[in-house]
Amino acid sequence: MKQFLFFVQKEFYHLLRDPRTMIILFGMPLTQILIFGFALTNEVKNTRIAILDNSKDPVTAEIIQQLEASRYFDVVKNIKSNNELEPAFQQGIIKLAIVFPQRFQYSLLHENEASVQMIADATDPNVANTLSNYATAIILDYQNNMKGQVEFPYTINTEVRMLYNPQLKGSYNFVPGVMAMVLMLVCAMMTSISIVREKEMGTMEIILVSPIVPIHVIIAKMVPYFLLSSVNIGSILLLSVFVLDVPIQGNLVLLVSECLLFTVTVLGLGLLISSVTDSQQIAMLISLMGLFLPTIMLSGFMFPIENMPVPLQIVSNIVPAKWFYFIVKTVMIKGLGFKYVWKETLILIGMTIFFLVVSIKKFKIRLE
Amino acid sequence: MRALRILLEKEFRQIFRDPSILRLIFMMPIVQLIVMPLAADYEVKNVRLCIVDFDRSSYSQRLINKITATDYFQLVDYTDSYEKALVYVEDDKADLVLQIPSSFEKQVIKEDKSTLFMSLNAINGVKANLGGAYLRSIIADFNREARLDWLQLPRFSPQPTIKISSINWFNPTMNYQVFMVPGILVILVTMVGAFLAALNIVKEKEVGTIEQINVTPIKKYQFILGKLIPFWVLGLMILTIGLIISRVIYGITPVGSLLTIYVFAAVYLLAVLGMGLLVSTFANTQQQAMLLSFFFMMIFILLGGLYTSIDSMPPWAQISTKFNPVAYFIEVMRMVVLKGSTLIDIKMHLSIMFIFAIVLNSFAVWNYRKRS
Amino acid sequence: MMADTAISVKQLTKRFGAFTAVNEITFDVKRGEIFGFLGANGAGKTTAIRMLCGLSFPTSGEATVAGYDLFRDAEKIKKSIGYMSQKFSLYEDLTIRENIRFYGGIYGLSDKEIKSKTDSMVQQLHLQEQVDKLVKSLPLGWKQKLSFSVAMLHQPKIVFLDEPTGGVDPITRREFWTMIYEAAGTGTTVFVTTHYMDEAEYCDRVSIMVDGKIDALDTPMELKRKFNAPSMEEVFVQLARKAKRGE
Repeated sequence: MKQFLFFVQKEFYHLLRDPRTMIILFGMPLTQILIFGFALTNEVKNTRIAILDNSKDPVTAEIIQQLEASRYFDVVKNIKSNNELEPAFQQGIIKLAIVFPQRFQYSLLHENEASVQMIADATDPNVANTLSNYATAIILDYQNNMKGQVEFPYTINTEVRMLYNPQLKGSYNFVPGVMAMVLMLVCAMMTSISIVREKEMGTMEIILVSPIVPIHVIIAKMVPYFLLSSVNIGSILLLSVFVLDVPIQGNLVLLVSECLLFTVTVLGLGLLISSVTDSQQIAMLISLMGLFLPTIMLSGFMFPIENMPVPLQIVSNIVPAKWFYFIVKTVMIKGLGFKYVWKETLILIGMTIFFLVVSIKKFKIRLE
Repeated sequence: MRALRILLEKEFRQIFRDPSILRLIFMMPIVQLIVMPLAADYEVKNVRLCIVDFDRSSYSQRLINKITATDYFQLVDYTDSYEKALVYVEDDKADLVLQIPSSFEKQVIKEDKSTLFMSLNAINGVKANLGGAYLRSIIADFNREARLDWLQLPRFSPQPTIKISSINWFNPTMNYQVFMVPGILVILVTMVGAFLAALNIVKEKEVGTIEQINVTPIKKYQFILGKLIPFWVLGLMILTIGLIISRVIYGITPVGSLLTIYVFAAVYLLAVLGMGLLVSTFANTQQQAMLLSFFFMMIFILLGGLYTSIDSMPPWAQISTKFNPVAYFIEVMRMVVLKGSTLIDIKMHLSIMFIFAIVLNSFAVWNYRKRS
Repeated sequence: MMADTAISVKQLTKRFGAFTAVNEITFDVKRGEIFGFLGANGAGKTTAIRMLCGLSFPTSGEATVAGYDLFRDAEKIKKSIGYMSQKFSLYEDLTIRENIRFYGGIYGLSDKEIKSKTDSMVQQLHLQEQVDKLVKSLPLGWKQKLSFSVAMLHQPKIVFLDEPTGGVDPITRREFWTMIYEAAGTGTTVFVTTHYMDEAEYCDRVSIMVDGKIDALDTPMELKRKFNAPSMEEVFVQLARKAKRGE
């Protein structure tokens, strides 16, 4: 036992004496949370649009005023003709253009119908859709509020309730994902590199010759990163609650236990990686390409899994982060209890055992 | 001059003999370009709907048929209890619950109005928004049709209406891949520049070969050029591979000219390599180099407007994008590939990128000392 | 400075913060001399060599290497010196031929010169079979000999050897020293550090560094007489025992 503690101490020294690495390992999660929490959102607002008013009558003026007042739009003033539209789009100056034809008010009053043209930059289809929707809503709103409005019979109203995230905050989606990403990076990548570096430097042989049990060596290597991750989890949760206003709806104990479980899962992964290579560079590359990228792409936090083609959906099932993300969302954001996540927890436990067993076996083989 | 040539020979030989680098160079574009766009589909579709129908009239049935007739919604269950429906949402089996009150049909006819209730899982705000909007428009459509049925309104409607015609430019098929792929190309090129270059130089530091170089008469600028040029070439190679893959697999051909893309990419690579160089002067081990470049890359990419729109960012973040080379490239890529922008259109971006390149590289050269 | 002084060092000092690694050392090395630079680990040898090669900036003092001032003309020095370090010399992932081509080119040799040097070097070292194989595949002894030859490729005036024979078997060591003698014979100054005291005997003059200072500087014979020691090893042990730094 004492040997083991000595080992752990050595591993801590390695970590603590590398201030550059430490800063990044602590700083990265914090920075990411802040960026995701404050800067990134799928919400659409303050988007620059152009309005071409070929009619210039009181009606168009009124509609334009509504559009300008809206927080979704930022009306760019100096587009005055049709020819200026395309270049404006091409130079990225506007994302939407609304064009009123001549004699708009006249048509509306005398022919009971007038047209408006909306041109959207569909480069980002969702943004285009959302912008069109908002603009349409504003215009239709005006239409319904025009004087001389007849109360229409047979109206179906819809009342909408947003569950779990009434303010539609982007951070609710992101925070669980950032946790998964950070843990993946710190635990898997760093652990595997730490072990492989020992192999590369040759000191692993020395250790193996000593009386310490090899398994203890491995566990000792995981300990500092386990603790580091716990600190990271804590700081992420604190930041989420107090800075980003993303509350923890569910049971804190359950949430933290699941996070710690995932940490161990990912440590196991790191172990697995280190057992298949002797070169730091390769360990890094595998961690990045084989772990990190799939985590980002297939865990469901950046891109919705249900939209993916079926083969990818199947592949996403072997990405541990996918299950973790689900669990965190369910417990932290939805506030639900264990009975909603027992299946996923079981899967994570299974994965953990699998990783640990396989890597330990591989290590044993090498030693013989 | 000759020294530089000899140096370059050595660098290229070493790079192409390193199996992990080669693997990376060819695997990376393939994996990223093939998997990512397939995965990265933000389009809101397949919204899973659970309907709680207390009315069960032919009227409500018509509404339901109309909704499920579209591909947009997937009916998960049709039940008679809100609690049951909610469980679906909790269990993540449904995204949206539509509740139709009892006597829905009667209410509309007798009292002239009725109310439907929608509950949306709003964790994914975009999905909730667009899903809800679409459902509402289907309901409104249904409303209009039903109204016509009952009222037999004169064809000449007393209500003035504004007709809105919508056109989508640059991506008429509203294809998400078209949006993502150019951005992914940017990431690829960036990774080669910042990441690989930094790793390479730091490896020399770690192994000790850098000392051997420092003892020779090789000048600072020669050494740095010797590192820059191979990765510059590599970056352009990856860009080419990426463009070919986009063409072959996604059928994406740039509306604008390829030359414009390459010109900008060439300058961009200089800037990004400068960044990698700079990182390598600060890091002593490969691990540090990797973490450092990764950290900065991540920030730049996230804040670069690849996944989320820059316009929606708070003012401080928008200002930061002015200093973010990645943001410029992403914008230029999208502009040229999708909108056909020309060199003249991007001259601002180009000049700024030149400045980045000069500043970053000068800083790196200054920071690299042969003598400690 | 006389024409046949290769290295001239006066009060050269290197400080790292409060720690003085090299403390005002003063010595001269004659042209064509084999100069042994000895000292215990931590005595400051490597720091001193690095300064003389232009790898580290001295804190104070003066030095002239190959006729150039260390402070003002460090870059000019590099054309006239060769260097071989214990850590590394050749690129493991390049072949022998490619390594020679690289270093030859860096030092300004023409393609023709490189080719002829490659041929003669390969012949001398009996490496004909391996010339197109990666250096990685060579056993250590061959690597060291090859490194030395490559360091001599551009016919430098001075060649600095930092523990060149570390980890190599006695026969190879002897062959190595034969090469050193040949080099010195053609007028190249050899500045070598080593832990092997028997090699110290091969040098023309030897200096011993202790705690950053030079505690002894003379021919091996004189040193043995002065310290009443039967071997250089004895001399070394007597001096190094006083050391406060090191292992």
